[in-house]
Amino acid sequence: MKRAAVAMHELSIAKSVLEGVRAELAQRPGARLQKVGLRVGELSGVNADALSFSFEVLVKGTDLEPVTLEIESGPRLQRCPECNNEFTVENDDLACSNCGASRTECVGGQELEFTYLELEEP
Amino acid sequence: MSRVPLERKVLSENDRMAADLRARFARHGILCLNLISSPGAGKTALLERTLGALGRDERVAVLTGDIQTDNDARRLARFGFPVRQITTGGTCHLDARMVDRALGEWQLDQLDLLLVENVGNLVCPASYDLGEEAKVVVLSVAEGDDKPLKYPAIFSKAELLVLNKTDLLPYVPFNLAQARENARRMNPGIEILEVSCTAEKGIDSWMRWLDGRREKAKRAVRER
Repeated sequence: MKRAAVAMHELSIAKSVLEGVRAELAQRPGARLQKVGLRVGELSGVNADALSFSFEVLVKGTDLEPVTLEIESGPRLQRCPECNNEFTVENDDLACSNCGASRTECVGGQELEFTYLELEEP
Repeated sequence: MSRVPLERKVLSENDRMAADLRARFARHGILCLNLISSPGAGKTALLERTLGALGRDERVAVLTGDIQTDNDARRLARFGFPVRQITTGGTCHLDARMVDRALGEWQLDQLDLLLVENVGNLVCPASYDLGEEAKVVVLSVAEGDDKPLKYPAIFSKAELLVLNKTDLLPYVPFNLAQARENARRMNPGIEILEVSCTAEKGIDSWMRWLDGRREKAKRAVRER
């Protein structure tokens, strides 16, 4: 049940990826899409494997095939308001890795964004 | 072949619609809250207590999301406030378009509180902005006190954590102090309330929180 729910989620995200791609392609008539680059943050709640799978399913049999989806993971970054240190979170430890301050703010890891498109342009 | 950098959020279309909704709510001084929890944590029960505590002349409406059935809308409609069910037909979260559609012909100038009950799920609803003023996460003590660590996205984004079913504490291994500590690790600024919807405990503190936020929303529209 849980697996199905998670896959359902990535399917709706994959639909949005496809909508975004089509919107970009509409601005570049004649361009042939080869690859889509995405950044998926650790805190985004999106599973990269399920997203790749959903994307493949949606693209299959359409004019976009063949196209590769390349997903880069976005680490969880925190910033310390005391000493301005920015650090990657390991083992859920949010205390500042420099000065030890316990209250730090999240500045990275929630992304769900495009990074690039690889195109063959006419 | 060329590589074109693309700075665009995957959910930019949802974000755009959510920003529209947020602007509409702000114009009318409506406080919109997005209630999120796992299935069975007590979102609907909290709404029942809330609607039951409000005077009949209060300008309140509820949208309630589920994958199937309109059971929740029927549970909530008996309080006499406008309630609309959003049946997602499989989708595991609400999105801004569903909220926009469900608002339909409701007169927003007749409202000052809109409570949106998301689909029971701690993962997906965290990704979709609905134009709300704040996300409220409900966690019941029948679940694990490590939920904030397992679902960091929603616990980082929520402004309020409602710990529900505290009447069950004597019977379950849930550690309240640990749950609070875990939530604050994810989100140092999160506010935390303890309630039992069944035993009607702590509802007054939730209603006070709600009143404070409603007052803030009204003040914002007066100052515009």
